[in-house]
Amino acid sequence: MKYSRKNQARKNVRESSLRQAKKQTKIAGGDFFDRLHAYRDVHAHALFSSLGRIVAEPFNSIMTISVLAIAISFVSGFHVLAVNIQQLTEHLDASNQISLFLRDDVSEAHANKLAESIRKNINVQNVKVISREDAAAEFQTYSGFGSAINELEKNPLPIVLQVLPKKSLEDKRGLEDLQKEFQQSPEVDVAQMDLQWIERLRSIIDMVKLFASILNILLGAAVLLIIGNTVRIELHNRRDEVVIQKLVGATNSFIRRPFLYAGFWIGFISGIWAWFIVTVLMLIVRQAVEKLSSLYGGSFHMLFLSLTDTLALIAISSLLGVLASWTVVSYQMHSTKLKKQVRLQK
Amino acid sequence: MIHFDAVTMRYPETGDVLRNVSFHLRKGEIAFLTGHSGAGKSTLLRLITVMERSSRGRVILDGQDLGLAKEHQLPFIRRKMGVIYQDYKLLYDRTVFDNIALPLVIAGYGHLEVTRRVRAALDKVNLTGKEKKYPLALSGGEQQRVGIARAVVNKPPIIIADEPTGNLDPELSAEIMYLFSQFQQVGVTVLIASHDISLITQLNHRVLKLDHGQLVTS
Repeated sequence: MKYSRKNQARKNVRESSLRQAKKQTKIAGGDFFDRLHAYRDVHAHALFSSLGRIVAEPFNSIMTISVLAIAISFVSGFHVLAVNIQQLTEHLDASNQISLFLRDDVSEAHANKLAESIRKNINVQNVKVISREDAAAEFQTYSGFGSAINELEKNPLPIVLQVLPKKSLEDKRGLEDLQKEFQQSPEVDVAQMDLQWIERLRSIIDMVKLFASILNILLGAAVLLIIGNTVRIELHNRRDEVVIQKLVGATNSFIRRPFLYAGFWIGFISGIWAWFIVTVLMLIVRQAVEKLSSLYGGSFHMLFLSLTDTLALIAISSLLGVLASWTVVSYQMHSTKLKKQVRLQK
Repeated sequence: MIHFDAVTMRYPETGDVLRNVSFHLRKGEIAFLTGHSGAGKSTLLRLITVMERSSRGRVILDGQDLGLAKEHQLPFIRRKMGVIYQDYKLLYDRTVFDNIALPLVIAGYGHLEVTRRVRAALDKVNLTGKEKKYPLALSGGEQQRVGIARAVVNKPPIIIADEPTGNLDPELSAEIMYLFSQFQQVGVTVLIASHDISLITQLNHRVLKLDHGQLVTS
């Protein structure tokens, strides 16, 4: 029985090798579409097998990806901060006003008359009169010393005229002139320009922005290095595979491909993870920020990462992943190390 | 097809491993490469597979001087030959099918063509039905045959084998040798490194014998 089976096997070998022999004369290779599909299949395989490898080692992958996500979320966090501060200063632009604190002896009626005359000034857009009562009410609501003011015999707060200059009067000189003009009118005790502290704030914001961009560059470099190092370790672990692929005629781009996809996946997943971190942190912070904003009488609505920002974030981190792994794998393939490895085997 | 012209291979540590080796294997010729261990068999094979370049002399494969081949040409030179390794060099995290398919996938064959050819190669080495297994689930002889299937699946014009029958029983060895001579008959050049004396004497093929890096019989 055993003998006959072996005999049969031998016959099979002989027949199939004869078949093979006949085909041998034909030129190898399929038609164009078959090759095109093959190319697609190779890419699809590299895409999914590299994802499979990431999933297959969840502990390592989660650690690496979390580190990257934290770094990336710093970058996008700074971006969101900048966007929100921008929004804040836009609000301030709108209230770029001059406050006229009137003398104590000026009556409400007189104040209204004065406001009327100021409104006629060609450089003024609007004037708002804040009466003593309004000021007291506002003070009571927001200052936290509400009861203290009731203890006083007389309301100590002056009437205030909030003058909103025309938008055309943007330069500092014009505003200063306007302020001086108001200062000279006898009813005005103090004419205070809000511009000065806005300027200070702006220069602080500029500095913060510069600081953020420097930090972003550093964090971007860190992301590149972390992904590069991860891919390097992966390459090291799969060195045997690389050598075998080389032995059976793989080109460098064939060998590089799965690593590029691995870099892509690491970047891509880290990007999504970073978006998640930033969004969650912002949700936590939002309530506090909006409460603070309402205490200042503002209606500040925090801006989250927009769709464009989110897509850009994920695209950039994916791209960094591909770039990092391309650099590392190309370097390793051209460096003598891998060649020596090929040379030193058996 | 394979032409060695006064080839010397020198390593800084061990000195000359091959000394002034010259021979010519024509298209469709089959030959054994033999010699004691350390005689330079593996080095000679590594020169053919362009894992190394000769210190002196020329190795010409299919009309191409390997010493002058550029790095980017090497993959395409290697696709002209199927190489069978003593230690199999299989990918242990891939199935038998995927291992055998590797040269075809690398060469860009489509799925249908790959399946067809891998099936044919499996059939040829008597491994039909094992394509879904992983190499470690197979015996040494079966792993060796996976390596052989991978080497021939691409129908290369040259087959290089480094101790291909080292892990096979005599009967299977004879079958593999028969397979090689089948290839030879359709014009494939076959070079087999072996020190299986009984096998070599049994088959009346050309013998290249190396002794301390020198070719003593050709």
